[in-house]
Amino acid sequence: MSEELFTNLAIFVLSLLVGFEVMSKIPATLQTPMMSGANAIHGVVVVGAFVIAAEANSWVFYILAFFGAVFAAINVAGGYTVTDRMLGMFDRKPKAKSEGDDSK
Amino acid sequence: MSTLQTIASLIYLISAVCYVLGVHMMRSPKTARKGNGLSAIGMFMAVIMIIIEVVADGKITATGWIVLIAGLAVGIAYGVVKARKVPMTDVPQLVSLFNAVGGGAAAVIGIFDYLMKGDGVALSLAFSIPVFLDVIIGGITFSGSLIATGKLSGKVPGKPITFPGAKILNIIVVLGMLVAAWFMIATPTNIWFVILGLAMALIFGLLMTLPIGGADMPVVVSLLNAFTGLAVAFAGFVINNQVLIIAGALVGAAGTILTLQMAEAMNRSVANILAGGFGTGDSDS
Repeated sequence: MSEELFTNLAIFVLSLLVGFEVMSKIPATLQTPMMSGANAIHGVVVVGAFVIAAEANSWVFYILAFFGAVFAAINVAGGYTVTDRMLGMFDRKPKAKSEGDDSK
Repeated sequence: MSTLQTIASLIYLISAVCYVLGVHMMRSPKTARKGNGLSAIGMFMAVIMIIIEVVADGKITATGWIVLIAGLAVGIAYGVVKARKVPMTDVPQLVSLFNAVGGGAAAVIGIFDYLMKGDGVALSLAFSIPVFLDVIIGGITFSGSLIATGKLSGKVPGKPITFPGAKILNIIVVLGMLVAAWFMIATPTNIWFVILGLAMALIFGLLMTLPIGGADMPVVVSLLNAFTGLAVAFAGFVINNQVLIIAGALVGAAGTILTLQMAEAMNRSVANILAGGFGTGDSDS
């Protein structure tokens, strides 16, 4: 196994563990926003869209790079926007209510 | 490592920290919005950094720029307009749609790199295994999430859709995926292997989601969201980019825990939901 692959594998496994640990029991009202927020985070695939567009050199690859860019951009831009909109709903609620949710 | 590569690695590391802290803050209603903002800042930094890297590298062609910018512009415009305009009640299907395209993007990256390494060239396992996992998982989430979007929006009937021979078809598709896996991993690159793998994954996504009732869809969307995280992580292996690996694995794991919690909140088990067609609980359709 190359050193590069081993490093990537170690990062992968440790990140999985971080993911398991960082999620504790959350209130039901936050489940959908959390799902949407996590959805926005995997929009990081947009970085990959840049990487493939930089390597493209024939029409097949240009077409693939185009779809990669469109898909990834929808994921990341839409994901963060809609999550923020959902969480904005919490701001408008009276404070006592949201603290009540918190203590669950 | 060149200076630029060092800076890039550090920036990606900081953005990964932003995602983890962002998820952490999103667990409480008081800090949730800030958490999402922090995660967005991390994403912004990663995007700026990859732009600098692509420019400094200088290998990208003029057509490459046009394709990239046009694609991003279309995607951002569509994503932002949809996210702003959609009625609050329709948010779950929109999240599912965003998840579908995320899985699609991961699959596209896998297909691209598989073909880029050259027709008829034997690949190392360290490359071919992640490519296969990326394309298969990305393909499953793409079609599965599109069906989930359809079911949530009522464009696909919410009731469980089953048909005679579905089980046999499932077995054929799984065998097809194994065949595609064997040829993609153990033999030199060939465009038809990756097309077979993608086709089987897309069909599997349909077969997996169609028999599940509309009321269970949010749990399924969350599960597919975790899948997309894994697909993105494998895409990170394929292009050797660690921020994709970290963020993808983070979402894969956190999404799995979230899925279990959502199922628990509905008094269902994930296995029960995936088996489909039992109690549909579809009172609202």
